[in-house]
Amino acid sequence: MCTVCGCGTASVEGKGHNHSHDHSHDHTHDHAHDHGHHHHHHHGHDHHHDHEHDHIHTDEKGDIHFGKGLGATHVPGMDQKRIVEIEQNILGENDRYATANRSYFAERGMFVLNLVSSPGSGKTTLLTRSIEDCKERFSMSVIEGDQQTSNDAERIRATGVKATQVNTGKGCHLDAHMVGHALEHLEPEEGSVLFIENVGNLVCPAAFDLGEAHKVAILSVTEGEDKPIKYPDMFYAADVMILNKVDLLPYLNFDVEKCIDFARQVNPDIRVMQLSATSGEGLEEWFDWIGQGVAAAKEKKRA
Amino acid sequence: MHELSLCEGIIKVIEDQAVAQNFTKVETVWLEIGEFAGVELDALRFGFDAVIKGTVAEDAKLEIVRTEGAAWCMPCGKTVKVNTRFDACPDCGSHQLQITGGDELRIKELEVND
Repeated sequence: MCTVCGCGTASVEGKGHNHSHDHSHDHTHDHAHDHGHHHHHHHGHDHHHDHEHDHIHTDEKGDIHFGKGLGATHVPGMDQKRIVEIEQNILGENDRYATANRSYFAERGMFVLNLVSSPGSGKTTLLTRSIEDCKERFSMSVIEGDQQTSNDAERIRATGVKATQVNTGKGCHLDAHMVGHALEHLEPEEGSVLFIENVGNLVCPAAFDLGEAHKVAILSVTEGEDKPIKYPDMFYAADVMILNKVDLLPYLNFDVEKCIDFARQVNPDIRVMQLSATSGEGLEEWFDWIGQGVAAAKEKKRA
Repeated sequence: MHELSLCEGIIKVIEDQAVAQNFTKVETVWLEIGEFAGVELDALRFGFDAVIKGTVAEDAKLEIVRTEGAAWCMPCGKTVKVNTRFDACPDCGSHQLQITGGDELRIKELEVND
């Protein structure tokens, strides 16, 4: 059972699922539970108290009044309904795990990016290229999310960088709990960059905070330029849009300006970088931006 | 596609609350779902019916309160109603809007039996 996702089939590559699942689950769960428990207890107490008085009311003189409940009547053997206020975010459980991940990253001065896109936008190619080009510049590691196979993690490991594959099974997104598991196996270094490559999907990953510094949406110019307004939730959730494969622009009818306009309609503050992971054009801006993020994360840890 | 995941999350909250607030049967569940919450209501209802089996919420009725999209328009300096995340301000046509409503994804309250 996995936070909000119910992903009974999710597995962290190469490790016994039950073992790691139980371990991490207990660990983080206790924490989150304590936290939530305080709230519930308080909340529950009030309501329970009210209910006892509503349902079968005992007044100061010791007289007992039935029928003070919702139905204002009492039928022997029949329970009365009551309303309990919950006021909880449905994604609250995921958000608690995300908060735990975020403090893990902050304690280690890490800069963490959640890469989201459609399948085939070139996420993994951009990652392997970034790793090859920046090996001397940053310490890096990768969490790979896919429904099946560890092909992507193997592609990353071929570059000499640590990578952990998370297979979501039927799941369409990574959640913060899965990332928490993966961190235990990955053991990323202090002051490093962690790339989380999400499942190729422009819909569901938008809703799930993993504890990252930024969501980076990657859109390749071989896709439609109107994707930012077709999938507005994702482009709204992202801080950066990367337009990938720009070396192919001469052969396509992709209108770059129009695409950027669409993205800004959804998210006026979105930062746009145009690059090609294959030809290398525009990559410096991307690397410099990562460099600034790494410096800021380290600085924050020192402060 | 993540509606089923959301339903699992809803059941988790309800089962925790059943212990904390001493109830054994849920009659009705009220959710508040914003226009921009990225939730397909039909899929959510379908998922809900699937996950409540064998839980305290078995046979519970699902009531969904839909909240409208709203945004703060910078040039107008006021809140306006919007239908999509990329709408222009209906008054001035600007896209300098900050979404302020419509993201809700909450369990509001439950009608329960002891």
